[in-house]
Amino acid sequence: MGMTMTQKILAAHAGLEHVEAGQLIEAQLDLVLANDITAPVAIREFERSGAASVCCPDKICLVMDHFTPNKDIKAACQVKATRDFARAQHISHFYDVGKMGIEHALLPEQGLVGAGDCVIGADSHTCTYGALGAFSTGVGSTDMAAGMITQKCWFKVPSAIRILLHGSLPCFVTGKDLILHLIGLIGVDGALYRSLEFTGDGVASLSMDDRFTVCNMAIEAGAKNGIFPVDEKTLDYLSGRFRREATIYQADTDAEYERTIEIDLSRLAPTVAFPHLPENTRTQWDEIPIQQAVIGSCTNGRLSDLRQAAEILSGREVHRDVRCIIIPATQQIYLDALKEGLIETFLHAGAVVSTPTCGPCLGGHMGILADGERCVSTTNRNFVGRMGHVSSEIYLASPYTAAASAVAGRLITAKEI
Amino acid sequence: MSIHGTVHRYGNDVDTDVIIPARYLNTSRSEELAAHCMEDIDPSFPQRVNKGDVIVAGENFGCGSSREHAPLAIKACGVSLVIAKTFARIFYRNAINIGLAILECPQAAEEIKAGDVVSCDLDSGVIVDETTGKSYRAQPFPPFIRRIIEAGGLLNSLKQETGRNK
Repeated sequence: MGMTMTQKILAAHAGLEHVEAGQLIEAQLDLVLANDITAPVAIREFERSGAASVCCPDKICLVMDHFTPNKDIKAACQVKATRDFARAQHISHFYDVGKMGIEHALLPEQGLVGAGDCVIGADSHTCTYGALGAFSTGVGSTDMAAGMITQKCWFKVPSAIRILLHGSLPCFVTGKDLILHLIGLIGVDGALYRSLEFTGDGVASLSMDDRFTVCNMAIEAGAKNGIFPVDEKTLDYLSGRFRREATIYQADTDAEYERTIEIDLSRLAPTVAFPHLPENTRTQWDEIPIQQAVIGSCTNGRLSDLRQAAEILSGREVHRDVRCIIIPATQQIYLDALKEGLIETFLHAGAVVSTPTCGPCLGGHMGILADGERCVSTTNRNFVGRMGHVSSEIYLASPYTAAASAVAGRLITAKEI
Repeated sequence: MSIHGTVHRYGNDVDTDVIIPARYLNTSRSEELAAHCMEDIDPSFPQRVNKGDVIVAGENFGCGSSREHAPLAIKACGVSLVIAKTFARIFYRNAINIGLAILECPQAAEEIKAGDVVSCDLDSGVIVDETTGKSYRAQPFPPFIRRIIEAGGLLNSLKQETGRNK
């Protein structure tokens, strides 16, 4: 029996010719990641273990992106502890305010992850790098600590669901609508413990930013990882950026999949996940007034996301009852958006533009919701209380839909504006 | 390792944001996290829960973020075991790694009611609802996982194995 793309990467990193679903393996890690929320717990575990030093300082990445610029004294102390640890352990990939961006936009951009890699991160959205043809998955702080000590992690080899894509996306429909559609189809535990392997002739039509968005939310279907095949777009993206050599893995033609789901991209519509689960997806709804729109995050804070928002906001004004908060995911994206005039478009429209931060997505800072408020957001989770008050509501959508709704003051798609 | 406690019941898809809201993640001190555990879906839980109590829930318990603060908060509340139909993948790993006992047992998760008193022997995976007298069998963890839980987590167990803490 052949192997899936994920299984091949895991086999190679475990030094095995062949692995199969359910097998327990120990794999070498190309990169170990944590942020300002999860690193302090990992550092505490590292210190408790009695280890004197990390195994490979150059293969550890610490990104201070969640509650930064420090939102309060406790957050400042957590960042300080992480900064001190990075210095003491000679961890060069330590990204502080000024250099940092939202981790899952930053690492690909900086060429720290690439095709064929095996990566763990103490952040659930670490699955984003599957867009580059890497195996990457979220873990907790203890696994991260063990990863820093040994540069290894044990895994149960996952089985896979194949997502066969055909055609290309219509106007105003994006990778976000695709992944929301899929989560609506299979549910928030529809891919529990499994890989989501995207393939088919429709892959070529998806931009890298779309692929990042799709893999980013694989965890929202419970998946261990999401992964795309490597093609010319991937290699173009990695070229001049990825610091190591890309290794291209392909699924065997006789690889075993638990099921195959076919999606015709041309038939997708702008899709919104209603409160309080990402699986509550709809393409039609009644009047829903909103008070806030957030465009950003590791899901949708990349340059093409900002371009889509600007396309809608250009020459228009944010509704008087709406706060529109736009967050470029990295300093480079911010700079590119500035050069392209997108930031000016946002400011003229009455939106605010923030420095890179995860802030509002997880109810940290920079846009917390009051009781009963509704927010259309390009982020990834709409759980109870996720962005603020327990009675607030989050509607997950694409940048097109979020920007259009910000202008209309109610949930609408870009087609309707 | 045996467990005895009163049941607190929850539904499907209990996510890490309700187990411990991110607004409290500016600290990783267990006792501070425990004070806010479950507060967005069950505000009086931290006051009601007693040492040894058991959480019983539906499918996909612990979905969402990778925050280890979630199992840490549950453990620091005094909860000795979580029984669910299924667990989200990262929560499952994290619970073992920090030494919180968890068991997948769909029938027990379906039938055991809030307020029931249950006992459980982790070595055999046998769960007994002492209120109804009914017993259930979950797949027990293999010995190496039980050792991690008994040691209070992965790194404690590694330390014990290497004898570093002597």
